[in-house]
Amino acid sequence: MAFAVLAPFFAALFAPLAVAHLGHRAGWLLALVPAAIFVYFASFIGAVADGQRIVFLDPWIPQYGVNLSFYLDGLSLVFGLLISGIGVFILIYAGGYLKGHHHHGRFFSFLLLFMGSMLGLVMGDNLITLFVFWELTSITSFLLIGFDHTREAARRAAIQALVITGGGGLALLAGFVLMGMATGTIEMSQILVQGRLGEHPWYVPILLLVLAGAFTKSAQVPFHPWLPNAMEAPTPVSAYLHSATMVKAGVYLVMRMQPVLGDTVLWSTILPIFGGATLITGTLLGLRQTDLKLMLAYTTVASLGLLVMLTGTSDPIAIKGAVLYLVAHSLFKGGLFMVAGCVDHETGTRDYTRLGGLRPLMPITFGAAILCALSMGGLPPFIGFVGKEVIYKGIAGIDPAHLAVTVVAVVGNAMMLAIGAAVALKPFLGSLNSRMPKDAHEGPMALWIGPVVLAALGLVTAVMLHTSDVLFFAPMADAIAGFFVDFEPHLVPAIDSALALSLVTIALGVLIFFAYEDVRQAVDRMFTAIGWGFDQGFDQLIRALIGIAETVTSLFQTGQLRRYLVVTFVAVTLAVFPPLMFIDGLPEFGPFPDLSFYEWGIFVLAISGLIAVIVAETRLTAIISLGVQGFAVALVFLNFGAPDLAFTQFMVETLSVVILALVLTRLSVEEADHRALGRKISDGSLAVAAAAALTLTLIAVVSQPVDLSLSEFFTTYSAPVAHGRNIVNVILVDFRALDTLGEIFVVMIAGLACLALIRLRTRRQPEAEPIRQAAPPFQEVAE
Amino acid sequence: MEVALAILVGCFFALSIYLILSLHTIRILLGIAILTNAVNMSIFTAGRLTREVPPIVPDGSYVPLEATANPLPQALILTAIVISFSLFAFVLVLVYRAYQELGTDATTEMVEAEPPHEPATPRGY
Repeated sequence: MAFAVLAPFFAALFAPLAVAHLGHRAGWLLALVPAAIFVYFASFIGAVADGQRIVFLDPWIPQYGVNLSFYLDGLSLVFGLLISGIGVFILIYAGGYLKGHHHHGRFFSFLLLFMGSMLGLVMGDNLITLFVFWELTSITSFLLIGFDHTREAARRAAIQALVITGGGGLALLAGFVLMGMATGTIEMSQILVQGRLGEHPWYVPILLLVLAGAFTKSAQVPFHPWLPNAMEAPTPVSAYLHSATMVKAGVYLVMRMQPVLGDTVLWSTILPIFGGATLITGTLLGLRQTDLKLMLAYTTVASLGLLVMLTGTSDPIAIKGAVLYLVAHSLFKGGLFMVAGCVDHETGTRDYTRLGGLRPLMPITFGAAILCALSMGGLPPFIGFVGKEVIYKGIAGIDPAHLAVTVVAVVGNAMMLAIGAAVALKPFLGSLNSRMPKDAHEGPMALWIGPVVLAALGLVTAVMLHTSDVLFFAPMADAIAGFFVDFEPHLVPAIDSALALSLVTIALGVLIFFAYEDVRQAVDRMFTAIGWGFDQGFDQLIRALIGIAETVTSLFQTGQLRRYLVVTFVAVTLAVFPPLMFIDGLPEFGPFPDLSFYEWGIFVLAISGLIAVIVAETRLTAIISLGVQGFAVALVFLNFGAPDLAFTQFMVETLSVVILALVLTRLSVEEADHRALGRKISDGSLAVAAAAALTLTLIAVVSQPVDLSLSEFFTTYSAPVAHGRNIVNVILVDFRALDTLGEIFVVMIAGLACLALIRLRTRRQPEAEPIRQAAPPFQEVAE
Repeated sequence: MEVALAILVGCFFALSIYLILSLHTIRILLGIAILTNAVNMSIFTAGRLTREVPPIVPDGSYVPLEATANPLPQALILTAIVISFSLFAFVLVLVYRAYQELGTDATTEMVEAEPPHEPATPRGY
């Protein structure tokens, strides 16, 4: 199983190679991969139809319970078959559609990567595995939408899709983690066994987080703009990702979670409201378009809304209707998208106002378009008709909630019928439109085989309804409902309210189709009057985000070293004072200790050295004063039993003074402090505050008891084990020798860096090199 | 005793920070030199102080005969002194070379990496 899911990833590696050798015909070869996966999945149809649920488990990170586990039931199997089956035709289609494109191989790679991710998503049993594949579909979708990355519109669409679906993915991860903590397992198969979570105290956050993931992925209002914008991608992508598979991931998730999170008041409120709003918004926006792909994209948004709405009812018959409609939609929408791409490919435009009379020129494409549109419109004898019948059977009712859902469904379906008919008929009927950019003719086989097969499947599944129900629809509906759904759909409708609703839908849809131009312009005027849309909202959001980032950056990152240092020391002060004052309290000072007179002497020496550095009028005075405070530090070490430190300190300070005197006297700089008095005072206050914070911390540390066990260890074992009497030296060269080695490396690297700095000369402005303007060495001494 | 040294350390910190906040790289360099001393003495103080008895095992004995100074912070500081000297040398060369290349030691004028009036972030995609 893992191999079937991962096979497209391997194939993606070889896709560019295949294109290099076979050109556009590589599509036929690469299509063998999903075909093999389809056959593999098909071998499970019998077992799953018998009610088996199969778990495949490979350990991945077993310490954290993360397994590469896959779960096969009616729901994931149908999705797997759709993804691999439609994938076959998409790869063939892509071979013809992008023939001669210089990144054809890359395109195949992306498509295959997506295919593997999507298979992993629907098969994933472990929630973490599922999430990883979920994110991979977002990323591959980003790559495919932005495939034509030289156009800004494509880049924007790609970023928008990634931001929206990626953001939802984060929420989903949080939801999964909560769910794992609530149920004690992150294997979906076990969560399903445990049953509903509706009573759990964390139910509400889990539900909202999971729905945030599902709604963003499946383009529910208000997250829908990314889906129509994703039409910037080449048409094979639109047909595959953004109608048949990826956008259904959210619907898949909602369906998968239905037995766990469903059947609560919250569930049957949120889902139908968002789904219904999406259905109506999608169809209205779709009516406004003249671009064939955009018309289809908005009806996809609408269909996803319908599916979410139906799943939200938690009614078994409505769920069955959703199942039938989902499969029907994948078939007819994938087909129609390929038809639209074919028309675009052969005529050079997708705007139906510039198309017409293609029927005699592209008869096969026209035939496929008609069959798909009939299924989309819900006309017999297509699977779309059966789906709509069952949907109406499931949702019909007279109480307000049912009535609202029914009205929304009827109106939405009618508008979708009209749009579907417009897409399938307007480019083909009438007289030949003279505004077409290219001389149209039937496309190659690679372009029409997909739509024809998918359209035919829409017919076959309906005609052989009993078989397809037993094999696919019934197991899938059972998996979503969580129990056996005792309902068998029939192609020949019973005379009941569902049929009446169907007839109303068809009548309304035909009415809209005949008044299509008037309706389109009316809807267009309405949206123009509203003016603002969520798509603009996204731009405003991104601009605001960049604006905030810019403000914060300009506040802290001024390019002035001083500002950075001030921020650092303010942060140090703030990090120490509040906890000291409010949590631990200021440390006890105790009586000031007795100091011997020579200790006082050292202190005085140190402080006078420090002050002299600050007030020094000349460079040399400052350097010498620096030496004074350094020697005072050495004396402190000497006084408190650290002769090694004292000697090192003496040496280092002497060297520092000598080097400084050598270097600094070569620079012609003014010694004086250039700060204004006000700034000196503010800097001084900050320095005192930061120093006080550090001093108080130190006093707080020394007022606590000290743990000397390490020192005692070194003291005890220095002579007997390491054979050294100077314990400090033994620590350095024996107990902690590796530290000393590291120290030597640091010194070496610093030396090399100094050497590099001295050697490195930029060649610009050799004549204006400041060194020549510098004062001669040791000018100071002469003064 | 520790408290007295802690206050001395505080003076070191205050004056080094005051120098580091200056506008000139040379004064900043002096500040860094003092800061390293302040930090080393902090470690020393935090390890507690013992007067005049170095951590040395006398001949003919396996352990020191009386309470000695804490050897652990001394070992740490010995490393730290050497490393801070490397740092000091590196910063010194950096200051020197920056002065040669840029002709100034004022940090306000060293703005080549982050020019004061950078163009606004592009708002497109």
